[in-house]
Amino acid sequence: MSEAGYTPAKLIHDLKELVSWARSPEPTGVYGVMAEFATADGVVNAARAVRTAGYKKVDGYSPYPMESLIHELDQHHSWVPTIVLGGGLAGFLGGYGLEYWASVIVYPMNIGGRPFHSWVSFIPPAFETTILFASFGAVFGMLALNGFPRPYHPVFNIEEFAKNASNDKFYIVIEATDPKFDPQKTAELLKSCGPTFVKEIPA
Amino acid sequence: MDPKYIPLPLVAPGHTNDSVTEKISHMTLEKETPRAWWLSLLIALSMAGGLGVAILGLLFVGIGLWGPNVPVGWGMDIINFVWWIGIGHAGTLISAILLLFKQKWRNSINRFAEAMTLAAVLCALQYPLFHTGRPWLAFYWLLPYPNTMDLWPNFRSPLIWDVFAVSTYGTVSLLFWYVGLIPDLGTLRDRAKNPIARVLYGMGAMGWRNSARHWSNYEKAYLLLAGLSTPLVLSVHTVVSFDFAVSLIPGWHATIFPPYFVAGAVFAGFAMVLNLAIPMRWLYRLEDVITMRHIENMAKVMLATGLIVAYGYFMELFMAWYSGNFFEQFMMKNRLTGPYWWSYALLILCNVIMPNTLWSKKLRTNTIWLFIVSLFVGVGMWLERFVIIVTSLYRDFMPSSWGYYQGTVFDWMFFIGTGGLFLTLMLLFVRFLPAIPMSEVKMILPGAEGRVKH
Repeated sequence: MSEAGYTPAKLIHDLKELVSWARSPEPTGVYGVMAEFATADGVVNAARAVRTAGYKKVDGYSPYPMESLIHELDQHHSWVPTIVLGGGLAGFLGGYGLEYWASVIVYPMNIGGRPFHSWVSFIPPAFETTILFASFGAVFGMLALNGFPRPYHPVFNIEEFAKNASNDKFYIVIEATDPKFDPQKTAELLKSCGPTFVKEIPA
Repeated sequence: MDPKYIPLPLVAPGHTNDSVTEKISHMTLEKETPRAWWLSLLIALSMAGGLGVAILGLLFVGIGLWGPNVPVGWGMDIINFVWWIGIGHAGTLISAILLLFKQKWRNSINRFAEAMTLAAVLCALQYPLFHTGRPWLAFYWLLPYPNTMDLWPNFRSPLIWDVFAVSTYGTVSLLFWYVGLIPDLGTLRDRAKNPIARVLYGMGAMGWRNSARHWSNYEKAYLLLAGLSTPLVLSVHTVVSFDFAVSLIPGWHATIFPPYFVAGAVFAGFAMVLNLAIPMRWLYRLEDVITMRHIENMAKVMLATGLIVAYGYFMELFMAWYSGNFFEQFMMKNRLTGPYWWSYALLILCNVIMPNTLWSKKLRTNTIWLFIVSLFVGVGMWLERFVIIVTSLYRDFMPSSWGYYQGTVFDWMFFIGTGGLFLTLMLLFVRFLPAIPMSEVKMILPGAEGRVKH
């Protein structure tokens, strides 16, 4: 048979190709190892043990912010304050600039004999834009640094985690990309910290 | 130490992380909606329907439907605007200022108070929006944007400062509230059985997974938002008071106005928080997370701000006498003994006499009495704005232009309508979102921080 043209069979084949390209690749390998702890004390101790053993790509999970866990994992540094400062400066300059541009350059208007550049009167709106853009920096900066929105993450593959991480359980996850990571030894280390379970997370 | 000086715990003993989640998410996810909720929603929606009618009437006929006219050019529209904005301030005070002062008792009431702020700001916004008569034509003088007429707002006017202050306040309050909600939306996503609810809560949670790295950024952002909201909330009512204080009207042109307005705002706001928290606490049996200690602390804040407001009233009287200014003295004499004397007398009853009963521990721990006092304060703070605005204007400098102001049916329908809008929003909030922040209550449970064994 000669050229059959673009047959429905070929179309379906191409569509399948496209769909499989658009989907994430098949999960292969492991994302890391997870250990669950029933108490805040447990997770803080485990975090210290894991850090002492030299692991770097470690994350802790707690149903509420825990200063001690953040401290043990050495996650204190955050770029949020810098972004807020940038937002605040941009807000002030933008707000004041807008007022100056509107009142002095494009639409100078004598109102009650006040100077075009009435800097005292320009302070309140510029103050508000400073706060507004600094707050945008805090919220959108925090979301961006945390990589949100991100509906899927490998840790949710662990059923207990998806159920209890936001309720009352605490977790330590060591990622497979850590140079010291070894499926056997890493799991052994976590088991020695008194967890309720240790599981491998499929990627 | 005498046991009566040891503070009560902020969460009733016996609560664990799991029981906190269970109790609060149950309200949203599983509990059968209480009949009282449906009944309240029905009332709230009928009131809000009045707002719809009032707005339609206004758009078809014009602002002549409202009462303000020469000499009282500002009437119920600005009274209600200032009243609603003021109510919102308690939410920000609880969520931001008490966070900076490390007042842990804020942790179970902040979410709910912030939602109140948002609903109140939304109600307040109806007035500046609709007092323009044709809001779709009003944007060029409210907001600076390149319009076809090449006109720009006058930035030397406190009214434009107000536009910036209130819109920033509304936006930042929304962001603050939403950031606080993210972890709790994650909890609801993980617990919801209904697939639609799970998807919706999941979208709101944005993939929150309680990671310590995320909490670190989150806590920084939250603290900074609190630090930014604190001067913001003080600036908002300061700017609102500038709408009056920058003018040269006797009774308005006073330097006491900014602090006096801010204190009054917090005063009215705490009254509204109590008016909402007391029934909600009873209806949803939340006595173990909104404890008597919370209620009492709120009563004390209300008493303290009430005393600042009373000082403001006294200072107004004093300054009228001390200034030696004829018009100022006439205005004050007229305010106390003129045709509107009843509004000033009621104001003193509601805002000075009633809150002072809260010195008694017995009365301030009686939720029914506290509820009644809070209602009085709400009315009193409305009367305060009425007194400031109307009694400073109705007897102008020239006796030939004296007049008498009263709100029309449409004014009242609009006001009651915004009350309905407010209640509707609060009811929907309590039904569909966690009214008590779960993650923040867990933070203050004993042993939450965890200790390293050595």
